[in-house]
Amino acid sequence: MSIPIKDDEIDIVIGALHSDLTTFMNAWRPIFSRFHLIIVKDPDLKEELRIPEGFNLDVYKKPDIDHLVGTSTSIIFSGYSCRYFGYLVSRKKHIVSVDDDCLPAKDNKGFLVDAVAQHITNLTTPATPFFFNTLYDPFTEGADFVRGYPFSLRSGVTCALSCGLWHNLADYDAPTQALKPEERNSRYVDAVLTVPARTLMPISGINVAFNRDAVGPALLPCLRLAGEGKFRWETMEDIWSGMCVKVICDHLGLGVKTGLPYVWRNDRGDAIASLRKEWEGVKMMEDVVPFFQSLRLPPEATTAEDCVVEVANAVKEKLGAKDPMFARTAKALLDWVKLWKSVGVSSYSPGA
Amino acid sequence: MAEPATATEAAAPAVALLKDELDIVIPTIRNLDFLEMWRPFFQPYHLIIVQDGDPTKTIKVPEGFDYELYNRNDINRILGPKASCISFKDSACRCFGYMVSKKKYIYTIDDDCFVAKDPSGKAINALEQHIKNLLSPSTPFFFNTLYDPFREGADFVRGYPFSLREGVSTAVSHGLWLNIPDYDAPTQLVKPLERNTRYVDAVMTIPKGTLFPMCGMNLAFDRQLIGPAMYFGLMGDGQPIGRYDDMWAGWCIKVICDHLGLGVKTGLPYIYHSKASNPFVNLRKEYKGIYWQEEIIPFFQQAVLPKDCTSVQKCYIELAKQVKEKLSKVDPYFDKLADAMVTWIEAWDELNPTGAAVPNGKAK
Repeated sequence: MSIPIKDDEIDIVIGALHSDLTTFMNAWRPIFSRFHLIIVKDPDLKEELRIPEGFNLDVYKKPDIDHLVGTSTSIIFSGYSCRYFGYLVSRKKHIVSVDDDCLPAKDNKGFLVDAVAQHITNLTTPATPFFFNTLYDPFTEGADFVRGYPFSLRSGVTCALSCGLWHNLADYDAPTQALKPEERNSRYVDAVLTVPARTLMPISGINVAFNRDAVGPALLPCLRLAGEGKFRWETMEDIWSGMCVKVICDHLGLGVKTGLPYVWRNDRGDAIASLRKEWEGVKMMEDVVPFFQSLRLPPEATTAEDCVVEVANAVKEKLGAKDPMFARTAKALLDWVKLWKSVGVSSYSPGA
Repeated sequence: MAEPATATEAAAPAVALLKDELDIVIPTIRNLDFLEMWRPFFQPYHLIIVQDGDPTKTIKVPEGFDYELYNRNDINRILGPKASCISFKDSACRCFGYMVSKKKYIYTIDDDCFVAKDPSGKAINALEQHIKNLLSPSTPFFFNTLYDPFREGADFVRGYPFSLREGVSTAVSHGLWLNIPDYDAPTQLVKPLERNTRYVDAVMTIPKGTLFPMCGMNLAFDRQLIGPAMYFGLMGDGQPIGRYDDMWAGWCIKVICDHLGLGVKTGLPYIYHSKASNPFVNLRKEYKGIYWQEEIIPFFQQAVLPKDCTSVQKCYIELAKQVKEKLSKVDPYFDKLADAMVTWIEAWDELNPTGAAVPNGKAK
């Protein structure tokens, strides 16, 4: 049922916010070693990267980023957004991206989860956004469409995005984690499901994979909180990017899946300390969600690039007046499309 | 390989939640032997048995259950000419039980559904989980990637707007099935040996604007919030279609819940479905439904209810009008169905006058 995919059609992109990647890379070695990796070092990180031997990889650091996009633009790739540089320079059909504080998780039988294989399965089997299947992904082994599911909708659509989950430290915001400091996610929900069309959700950047050919430019580093920091609690860049991607996928008739695979996320940071910075992001969502819920893109927008431009125009028109941050974001969206068109489609290799 | 639970006695809760506020509605044409297995979980509750088929047959209810039983003669006597809206020779007749109940909540289950086991081997108290689902809010306006945020060990994820975290009232809790999955006839024919052995440990809200296939095998709902919309249609004897009763109700309730701002959850609890019905018989019953649903689904997806439909009954009458207007051209059956939908509401309102607090009914 799934489209056969070759290892050389996949890039694994890791944004390095920590300099010592030894434990991370060794833990993922059985799963990553077959693939080509792109490691992008956070331009703000001062220490040298430590990466163990034995991987097929390209590493990009601040000088490479500056060289390719110019020093004034390279600022957009700071912090967690460094991963988008990897998405930009990759030339593969599929990208799998995991935060550098995540390790392979175990499934409900105690076996190590091959997150890459699961993401690729998700991306290469159809999504079903137009009608909810109560047995979840009908293309999974041992499942199917249930009685009452219209036959004309059973071939599904291309899945463009696969959103995985997290064991241990779940992707909560700072207030939630601060209120429940001991709470850790140990539940293994053995399901993948398609998020229905027109339904929005928070798409976390911690454990995600996508079809770069179909939606590459729609994953974008365009919203930076004034107080953005180096903990996920202190960012909204992925949430913003995720809202854009979902609306664009809905418009283009592409699917978004959520659920498996899980990764294990290390304990890190202090939620209470991050609370101070969090409120900006929390307030922002209150404006952003109604905007995206009512956003409709024109039928002339038939590619991901076209769609991003339309989103940019709508952001400027409808959100620009509320907060100067949105006006900057609208411009950043247009700049991103230009950058994607010039760098995202030509050939480039990193400096020594 | 999924198996039903055996040691259910040990799993019975110390306190039966909502025992005076919930009725269990069971349609049956065979027997009620399956109740023995459910006894520790069901005995505290009042049962409404709807006996389908031959009314002269006596259906024995196991000792110790508090119940009322209705056969076709009772239905005809109670509803008079309006009895025409209640199906005969189809489990759709169960909705008569919803109408005569005096309780706030309903749980309905098929007589070939047994207690399932969770992955640790423990017997699942399906009723308890349904009650938890109904008593906690739903979140239809934004999808939470960690599923039901009100469950133990879960919460809203980063990026979930705070203004949407209170949720809305849950009107329906749709449970699932281990062992024989709820497949249609063509799928059953192609995969006769497939069994559902995957235990998905999640409850989730079906987002607003999204339809789903609602199965009546393991279903609970708030009768006060959505009861009048739970009409299971005209199926079985004398009708051109069968096995679409719960589907029809599911599409109607979802449109109405979306309009009224109520939530529908799906997922846990699981029951163990033991009997696979004959796929050839099923094919004959379903076959019109399979191609009619291609027209029905877009109808429901595009259905808009006017703002002045502020009650379930008003919404349902309006839907019936739209069914008559837009689906009659698919088949004259829908004309009849639209009329039956109106008859159902009339019967519901007659049996459920507002403001009256009434004790349980007696069948004879």
